[in-house]
Amino acid sequence: MTGYIIRRCLYAVLILVGVNLLTFTLFFKVNTPDDMARMQLGAKRVTPDAIEKWKADRGYDKPLLYNAGAQGVARFTDTLYVQKSAEMFRFNFGRADDGRDISREIFSRMWPSLALAVPAFIIGLMVNITIALMMAFFRATYLDFVGVVLCVAMMSISGLFYIIGGQYLISKLWNLVPISGYQGGLDAARFVILPVLVGVVSGIGSGARWYRTIFLEEIGKDYVRTARAKGLSETTVLFRHVLKNAMIPILTGAVVVIPLLFMGSLISESFFGIPGLGSYTIDAIQAQDFAVVRSMVFIGSVLYILGLLLTDLSYTLVDPRIRLE
Amino acid sequence: MMPVILWTDALVWLLVAVTVGYFWHVSRHDHLAVPWRRVTHSASGMSGLVVLLCFVLVGLLDSVHVRFAVENKDPKAKSAYSTEVESGLDLLLGHLRTRPEKTYSAPLDTRSFAKELVERPDGKQVREFPRLRHGGIHLKDEAQLPRDLLVTGLRALALGLVAWCALSAFIVLLIARRAGERTAVVWGQVWRGDTEVPWRAVLVTLGVLCAWSFTVAALSVHYHVFGTDKVGQDVLYLALKSIRTGMVIGTLTTIVTLPFGVMLGLAAGYFRGWVDDVIQYCYTTLNSIPGVLLIAAAVLMMQVVLDTHAEFFPTTEQRADARLLMLCVILGLTSWTGLARLLRGETLKLAQLEYIQAAHAFGVGHLRIIMRHILPNVMHIVLISLVMDFSGLVLAEAVLSYVGVGVDPSMKSFGTMINSARLEMARDPMVWWSLAAAFLFMFMMVLSANLFADAVRDAFDPRARTDFRPWRLRMPKLKPGKT
Repeated sequence: MTGYIIRRCLYAVLILVGVNLLTFTLFFKVNTPDDMARMQLGAKRVTPDAIEKWKADRGYDKPLLYNAGAQGVARFTDTLYVQKSAEMFRFNFGRADDGRDISREIFSRMWPSLALAVPAFIIGLMVNITIALMMAFFRATYLDFVGVVLCVAMMSISGLFYIIGGQYLISKLWNLVPISGYQGGLDAARFVILPVLVGVVSGIGSGARWYRTIFLEEIGKDYVRTARAKGLSETTVLFRHVLKNAMIPILTGAVVVIPLLFMGSLISESFFGIPGLGSYTIDAIQAQDFAVVRSMVFIGSVLYILGLLLTDLSYTLVDPRIRLE
Repeated sequence: MMPVILWTDALVWLLVAVTVGYFWHVSRHDHLAVPWRRVTHSASGMSGLVVLLCFVLVGLLDSVHVRFAVENKDPKAKSAYSTEVESGLDLLLGHLRTRPEKTYSAPLDTRSFAKELVERPDGKQVREFPRLRHGGIHLKDEAQLPRDLLVTGLRALALGLVAWCALSAFIVLLIARRAGERTAVVWGQVWRGDTEVPWRAVLVTLGVLCAWSFTVAALSVHYHVFGTDKVGQDVLYLALKSIRTGMVIGTLTTIVTLPFGVMLGLAAGYFRGWVDDVIQYCYTTLNSIPGVLLIAAAVLMMQVVLDTHAEFFPTTEQRADARLLMLCVILGLTSWTGLARLLRGETLKLAQLEYIQAAHAFGVGHLRIIMRHILPNVMHIVLISLVMDFSGLVLAEAVLSYVGVGVDPSMKSFGTMINSARLEMARDPMVWWSLAAAFLFMFMMVLSANLFADAVRDAFDPRARTDFRPWRLRMPKLKPGKT
């Protein structure tokens, strides 16, 4: 087991190196610092001096991989790759274009993101499983049919409309909660309720339908027939046997997402004006602040790989038949 | 007149040709036709297909582009062409496009949404809602508006129903001719829903479509059926133009993913060993980068390239089109991983089977085994993912355009429609019609695509067939929960 985890961690590092190289190519080779400077400085007729100055201010005035002008090890370390890209392995992200420290920004914006993402995730999971269980319980009846039709219809609505509809109905028409904004501390609840609600509702369509498929697959298995043959009631079969076994695919599917909750949700954070990591990313994309985008790509992949690792481990925890070798 | 072939046009028509060729091939091979025949037996799938075909028709009409010659006083001069590229749909909807208002106006209204300083005939200046320039201009007295709407609408509705009846009669006659039965018998079967292909559902869908489109078309002659947007453009026109954008993204993206997904997936599953390791490493790496961020990064890069090579694009349409194509390529390059993983798993299983071992024993080469023995057996996965991805991509376009990394802002798409309408949410009274139109068209498009995709999946993947049809099973008498 320990050996397996160590091997997986090494593989994770290898993947991170791949991600790093890929983003480096995208951000420095395809789109050179010159282009970046020209875009940031705005006007079409930028003087070469201005570009050089912009690059020097932000430390982009170094060669890509090999610095012939430097001495010793600095030939390799005093380059864009090491200074801008490899530094990220030490979680040192440098500064954004507006001069703020990115690591600090990420740390302070993490909490609003979590305040929104964690409740939305947990409540969403519970709601989806409940609805899916109901549909599985009443399978092959009109109730199930109506449920599936509703799910397909809800899947077909763009997430943007859920947000717009929720804001209009609950905030504007009924005046229950503020339309957008955020405050720290306990006040956060007032601002977070609506985004959480919208997040849960918009996920029901695909979520409940997916879990229903899992339940129905489980119901068709032999051990369920055995349980019924013993004379157990349908309720007992469903809750004691089917639910427990179906939790394996459901949980392992959900575990991958947990670390990514830190990243927040791009769309709803920017719609509801929550100062989390999602809206940070969107602002960076719209302002074409590549330092921030680069850091968020790196953090995102670290979290995703963490999620994969957790998934593997959770398999062994919930299903003792699986041995990791 | 000079025909303009945009890149996406060429690819869309190529796709149409390939699809037609595929179905011709299928119709000549019975074993390929069986699952498709099963698709035609699903009522929801066929209804979805009918609606989807209407959208495709609009999209294809919008994929033929021309530039008109500018009238030139001097006959000897070289003929110049307008910088505006027009599509077949534009020509068809000329009356919608060439009647801009000043600014917002509500659906079917005769007056503008914003108050303006208007000079009365007696010389007094008053602030009031001015009459629209085009909407309901034929009415002398505005009090006639409801009556005119009702009369025009009902007349068009009646016409639509007549057209529908004629269409239904034609279809039923065709069925009767092919089956060699009496027309009355076929009518009865269709009426009771007793046909193998659910013609009743198809006809009902067609009826709703006919009634709706005739009414809207008739009303759009004199009014703005879905109102106008901020710069006075007809929202119905914007929504119809958006269909092509959504369709292009939904189809071309999957076409880009296919070569990567299929080749790499098959190679990984078939050769195993280090090939598998390398390919798995590649897709895990790509997968681990958050999708939106990777797309955003790539789109930002592409924008720089387009900005620095402005000379390639003589018109804005061509520029926007290049950006749309690049967006499809980027989306495709970042999303082939799912298909590759599915195909790898399936190929791993298939490569162990006896008939593949027999092929090895006969000395058949690797390429031939893959092409002849494995590829045909994983085609259903490719097909399913092709149709299943469509709706997701249409939805993704809206989100990407909102983030600012979607289609060109000058391009009409559902994303840009929602994005510009969103800013008017705070107005009181609210400007809701742009959102409503985008919602309606997008919902219908995605819903029909979803229904059709489900039918295809159920027909091609026997394991996934878990959706019960209560009215077919005739089981409601049973207690709930007992199968």
